[in-house]
Amino acid sequence: MERIPILKMGEFLLVSIQVDMHDRLALALQEDLTNRISETSARGVLIDISSLEIVDSFIGRMISNIAAMARVMDAETVVVGMRPAVAITLVELGLSMPGVRTALNVEKGMDLLRTTSAKNRVARTPIHARKS
Amino acid sequence: MPANPEKMPVRSSGDILLIRQTVRARTAELGFSLVDQTKMITAASELARNTVDYGGGGTVLFEILNENGRRGLRLTFEDKGPGIPDISLALKDGWTSGGGLGLGLSGAKRLVNDFQLESKVGEGTKVVITRWK
Amino acid sequence: MSKMADVIGKHQSQILNSWMQEMPASTRRTDLIGETEFRNQCAHFLVALQDGSRDSETAGDLSRPEWQQMRDLLGEISQSRVQLGFSPTQVATFVFSVKSPIFNVLRESLGNDPKVLADEIYRASLLIDELGLYTTEIFQRSREEVIRLQQQEMLELSTPVVKLWEGILALPLIGTLDSARTQIVMETLLQKIVETGSSVAIIDITGVPTVDTLVAQHLIKTVTAARLMGADCIISGIRPQIAQTIVHLGVGLGDVTTKAGLADAFLIALSRTGLAIVSKAEAV
Repeated sequence: MERIPILKMGEFLLVSIQVDMHDRLALALQEDLTNRISETSARGVLIDISSLEIVDSFIGRMISNIAAMARVMDAETVVVGMRPAVAITLVELGLSMPGVRTALNVEKGMDLLRTTSAKNRVARTPIHARKS
Repeated sequence: MPANPEKMPVRSSGDILLIRQTVRARTAELGFSLVDQTKMITAASELARNTVDYGGGGTVLFEILNENGRRGLRLTFEDKGPGIPDISLALKDGWTSGGGLGLGLSGAKRLVNDFQLESKVGEGTKVVITRWK
Repeated sequence: MSKMADVIGKHQSQILNSWMQEMPASTRRTDLIGETEFRNQCAHFLVALQDGSRDSETAGDLSRPEWQQMRDLLGEISQSRVQLGFSPTQVATFVFSVKSPIFNVLRESLGNDPKVLADEIYRASLLIDELGLYTTEIFQRSREEVIRLQQQEMLELSTPVVKLWEGILALPLIGTLDSARTQIVMETLLQKIVETGSSVAIIDITGVPTVDTLVAQHLIKTVTAARLMGADCIISGIRPQIAQTIVHLGVGLGDVTTKAGLADAFLIALSRTGLAIVSKAEAV
């Protein structure tokens, strides 16, 4: 079974979902991502769904799960590239993905991850060690 | 020309993918707008998943409709599963991410023009959704 | 076999000829349809009439499959005549005018039995009335479809999305918002957000006289959808009356940023994109 490739971009991981996923593929992705975040101590995960024509509750849950697992490992998740038709449908469906930030594209998503990561780093630095 | 009506199995995750592709094809042929296509495919995906996850597998019937000059697509999902004990609860909002029965029925209902649900505990469930052009 | 189907079968050309001869000019409209085409339509009509009314049991029910040919034919005739410029009355009268030649032939065939003749004429009359009314319905529907398409075109043309600055879009809405229009507005705005990569969109409703619950809900859906895509919306131009309506209706705008004026909204949009307006003196 093919698996969805995960790219390392600096301290972040980038996943581009380009196929209509069946269950096993989605589970494999969640597993792979969790492992990679741990291996690389990634600070953030960027999920690019610009190729997805359909996002249903299953995919929505998968993304929420990924975000939750990432957070446990101190990484932020940003979803980018949602198509207008998908966004309109999700609103009607009533699906929300709590704990998941969104951005228009990969570039903006990376910016968002960088700003968030920088803020978190400051917050984590012990007070006496911070530069004033 | 595909058969009309057309029946397909709903037993596995692979079937769900095939159903999405088929709904895409039929709604595109009917000339649905992109947003309407997306809504119908998503609703079908939700119901197909219910049939697989909760209904123990079943079937879906595709019907191309032509009434009084209006064209549409009707999907009938049927299973012989445990059935839904409390239909009004199942149709209530609040199933998103955690709360509710996770059946996605209320959401799917909002995505289509007509929504019919019949269910008997111990006998099975039947959901009929229709979208007009 | 019903009497009417029977007599049409036996006297088709006679009926066709007298029908065409007796038709009033206002119904015939030689200026709009040529002789051959008209004659063809009348001939087809008679055939369809005969087929549909063959079984006297079911003849009265136009939804039956026996009447499919007639329904299709009337559909074609109505729709084509709409295009040609006929009025709905003229199309319906065309159908009604077949009564006279048919009644004449019925009288000739059944003249000896007044009771049967009366029954047959009554039944034929009811049937032809229904057929005439059917054309009116089709006519109506065609017109409504044309209007609907024109409306859609107008809506698409009148939803201008303006780029105020890099990454900032503005959508000034003018006029009343109904469900259909708001949906098109939503789709157009979201599409433009993707195309221009704008992370802030200002929806200005200064030019919208009233906002009801449905419109408010649609606006909120638009904002939610934009957010899912990674863009923020600001609603500006909320006049006091609209603010009152929204509160009165109990519709929560939630955490959607709202501003009274477009200018204020623009400043907020700028700050969200990391920009600010600085006076020349400060900039030096």
